[in-house]
Amino acid sequence: MKFDTPAGPNPIDRGRVVGIPHDRIDGAAKVTGTAPYAYERHDVAPNAAYGWIVGSAIAKGQIRSMDLRTAEAAPGVLGIVTHANAGALGKGQFNTAHLLGGPAIQHYEQALALVIADTLENARDAAKLVRIDYAPEQGRFDLKAERLHGTMPPASFGSPADTRVGDFDGAFARAAVKIDQSYSTPDHSHAMMEPHATTAAWNGDKLTLWTANQMIAWSVGEMAKTLGIPKENIRLVAPYIGGGFGAKLFLRADALLAALGAKQIGRPVKVAIARPQIPNNTTHRPATIQRIRLGAGKDGVIDAIAHEVWSGDLPGGGPETAAQQTRLLYRGANRITAHRLAVLDLPEGNAMRAPGEAVGMLALEVAMDELAEACGLDPVELRIRNDVQFDPEAGPQRPFSSRKLVECLRAGAQQFGWTKRNPKPGQVRDGRWLVGMGMAAAFRNNITTDSGARIGIDGQGRVTVETDMTDIGTGTYTIMAQTAAEVLGVEVDAVTVRLGDSRFPASAGSGGQWGANSSTAGVYAAAMAMRAKLADKAGYPIDDARFEDGLVKMGNQSQPLGALAGRDGLWVEDRIEFGDLAKRYAQATFGAHFCEVGVDIDTAEVRIRRMGGAFAAGRILNPKSARNQVIGAMTMGAGAALMEALDVDTRFGFFVNHDMAEYLVPVHADIPEQDVLFIEELDDKSSPMKAKGVGELGICGAGAAVANAVYNATGIRLRDYPLTIDKLLHAGMPVVAA
Amino acid sequence: MKAFTYERARSVEAAVKAAASVQSARFIAGGTNLLDLMKLQIETPAHLIDVNHLGLDKIEPTQEGGLRIGALVRNTDLAADQRVRRDYAVLSRALVAGASGQLRNKATTGGNLLQRTRCPYFYDTRMPCNKRRPGSGCGAMQGMSRSLAIVGVSDACIAQNPSDMAVALRLLDAQVETMAQGGAKRTIPLADFHRLPGDTPQVDNALQPGEMILSVTLPKPIGGIHVYRKVRDRASYAFALVSVAAVFGQNGQARFAFGGVAPKPWRTDGADAAASQGAKAVAEAALAGARTTPHNDFKKALLRQTLASLYRQQEAQA
Repeated sequence: MKFDTPAGPNPIDRGRVVGIPHDRIDGAAKVTGTAPYAYERHDVAPNAAYGWIVGSAIAKGQIRSMDLRTAEAAPGVLGIVTHANAGALGKGQFNTAHLLGGPAIQHYEQALALVIADTLENARDAAKLVRIDYAPEQGRFDLKAERLHGTMPPASFGSPADTRVGDFDGAFARAAVKIDQSYSTPDHSHAMMEPHATTAAWNGDKLTLWTANQMIAWSVGEMAKTLGIPKENIRLVAPYIGGGFGAKLFLRADALLAALGAKQIGRPVKVAIARPQIPNNTTHRPATIQRIRLGAGKDGVIDAIAHEVWSGDLPGGGPETAAQQTRLLYRGANRITAHRLAVLDLPEGNAMRAPGEAVGMLALEVAMDELAEACGLDPVELRIRNDVQFDPEAGPQRPFSSRKLVECLRAGAQQFGWTKRNPKPGQVRDGRWLVGMGMAAAFRNNITTDSGARIGIDGQGRVTVETDMTDIGTGTYTIMAQTAAEVLGVEVDAVTVRLGDSRFPASAGSGGQWGANSSTAGVYAAAMAMRAKLADKAGYPIDDARFEDGLVKMGNQSQPLGALAGRDGLWVEDRIEFGDLAKRYAQATFGAHFCEVGVDIDTAEVRIRRMGGAFAAGRILNPKSARNQVIGAMTMGAGAALMEALDVDTRFGFFVNHDMAEYLVPVHADIPEQDVLFIEELDDKSSPMKAKGVGELGICGAGAAVANAVYNATGIRLRDYPLTIDKLLHAGMPVVAA
Repeated sequence: MKAFTYERARSVEAAVKAAASVQSARFIAGGTNLLDLMKLQIETPAHLIDVNHLGLDKIEPTQEGGLRIGALVRNTDLAADQRVRRDYAVLSRALVAGASGQLRNKATTGGNLLQRTRCPYFYDTRMPCNKRRPGSGCGAMQGMSRSLAIVGVSDACIAQNPSDMAVALRLLDAQVETMAQGGAKRTIPLADFHRLPGDTPQVDNALQPGEMILSVTLPKPIGGIHVYRKVRDRASYAFALVSVAAVFGQNGQARFAFGGVAPKPWRTDGADAAASQGAKAVAEAALAGARTTPHNDFKKALLRQTLASLYRQQEAQA
């Protein structure tokens, strides 16, 4: 099914099941521990041996020699994979560093060997006995120093590194009110619940990987390229995934080394990347340094806006595109965005939930708060005045497909009680707490990607949906079932959804908040094809057929789906193919974040008291799972504001706090009640579902609302995240004498 | 984890005897720290002696009017004990400020005293660390040291003691009762139990090889207002940046012990003597001779501010 003109009325509009806060259909399997995860596939890969990864102890250099003899002789050891015996390996296009290093070493904890043994304990023990003689080389680990050598990176996903419209310098020089500030964000770790894990088994030259991966079709291709074998010989299976946040978008060392290990010992092998290895072995969200200049009239209307971003990555890597939202969010005739990329020999940077916007909004939305104060305007009003209904770089000929930022700002402010905020900072006390309120806009691009699905109906009228789409905790199973049930006129419990298997039609996968909208559109396409087939079987013209109550009806006639499917059942497959609507219309999701914090007058401890937000992201397919995504993302935004940071040791070139005791993410006690309001919206240019993505919107701006609330509470403006006690003390807390 | 042998001791005497007879044996109680360290091969005992079932899980009154806390009393049970909550509230408050509910259910009184530092360079076995590998150098001093100690440190080591419970015990002048090899019992004041690193940072405490903690005793209650204030980067389940255990008495008298700032629960006579002069004076006395890094220098101000917060609360309640 092509989607190249805006959607008209369609069966999804019935709203009988789509748009209902349906419970997760996989919920019972998850909470009873019967949902199978990659490391626990004893059912399908019995007798698997255990692999343990040996990571590099240096950040850059060469392996002079490896001595495996002691490890090989250790109890239970079945084999050891290294670069020397793995054979020639390619590299996937999405990997920057090699997943198996050696003799060259590209980063700390890069996998250099896999030790395989009969038990996990034996493998882990023997891994300690691998002796590696290193020839270290000087690396570059300090973004602040290296950014001076940053260069312009190539366009990423069709988006250029730099954009320039009008005469920024002239307009900024003339502006009545100017903001010119720098902000910095640290490296972040995804810290998803399930570590990277794979069980691998070979059958002749056919490889099966039960793995934790967000993008099945991509990763089949990447594995084929890495191993140099045909894609057809590889099967990836990932029915359940314990979170990803982008960490599992690509092939990682667990999958490659499990495959190599299983080949070497002729037996299934499973590999998990241990928690303390994850931050340095896998990818992370890169640190940024950002400069923002805003030039506005006294009325707050922006005439000049510039956002420049510096980040670093391994040679051949990519930038953190943190200026992305600045191209689309606010008006202004004179504009600059620029990204510069430095070479760093730290572990590989890559996508983490809302790459670009998540950290870009931490800077832009604080700059907007600063502009509001400089203009003497309410921050909500400032944003309303700078709303723009078209792509401000392209002009009015490229309108937004739908944009309800202003509605979100107004509804969110009202729900939160924003008018109670005292605009003068440092004024509100509640016992030992200084209390402040802050807000920020939310913005995240809406991306659509072609997506396929297969639908079957059996003789009992039971519907099965199959696609390689993944559910990474997002609720995909449920919205797939809702979509098929809506189109075919059956109940949700009459639908079985099977996901995450490369034998199923290739889907959009889970990433960039494109998954829900794109993959349900794929199911919609297949379900509409099934409708045509059923009508044909029933002998009803498709335009006269109605699909209700498990029946195909025409006038007062009806036939059950099961009877039409017959004993052999019916199957159809289709995919949604997106045309150029995303080019003709700017597509994005919007919202408004509000936050109230307390800051201890003496110790500068920051505690969030309330968070609230209003969001517009097209049709909300399932308000329960959508709310779940948004509050999770708001929580992650709070973490970025207040505590999350990988600490770089610039001497050894690694992330020091590489376990969950030292890399802090919010716990329940940090997060109070969160109110989420969805603004009604249907986007007919986004997909036939009229939905948009919502999985990442909630993180974009959430941290800035926290930061602005800290400023409102204390009068101290921090621009270097996270906003920790030491920085507040250094900047002048306490503001009240002891 | 190195392969190890395991036995469940039948009596305290048998446990101590077993520890004497096997090289590099360790007692295991809750295992909440030891097992993690074994997985990383920071601890590599050849033999584990399980002391969980020796009847050391009781809290009893002493003849002196205090309490004897068995070494195997779980943190959760100790924190919830009515006598502790009534007479030693600072201990109860310190305990619930530590770790998580699940960990406190498992962790024991004796084990908590033996938990090792949270210095990240101690935990990464590829990094230099004088505590883990004597003579290898200190990775932290010129590295990331934000969480580490600022007082009582040495040229060899700036690792902090991460315990909350021990800070309260130090404040209460607790004593540690042990049985050494050969069955002899001795009593070690908590003040002398943990060691400063000096040039042997690998030795955390005063226990001799094979010596086992039997109990911790508290002297008779001292009254006063008991406070434990822990300051950290998130609201729960994080180690202290700084913590203050305090008992406020009459006429401006108070005693203080501090966590997160030193290789051991930190207490100075000077700090107690300065109590009537307020937060700034107490902090200065507590941190006399402090040696900070650019990353952890803020702890000086934070300790002062944490004390200021406690004083402010006392005044508000007075």
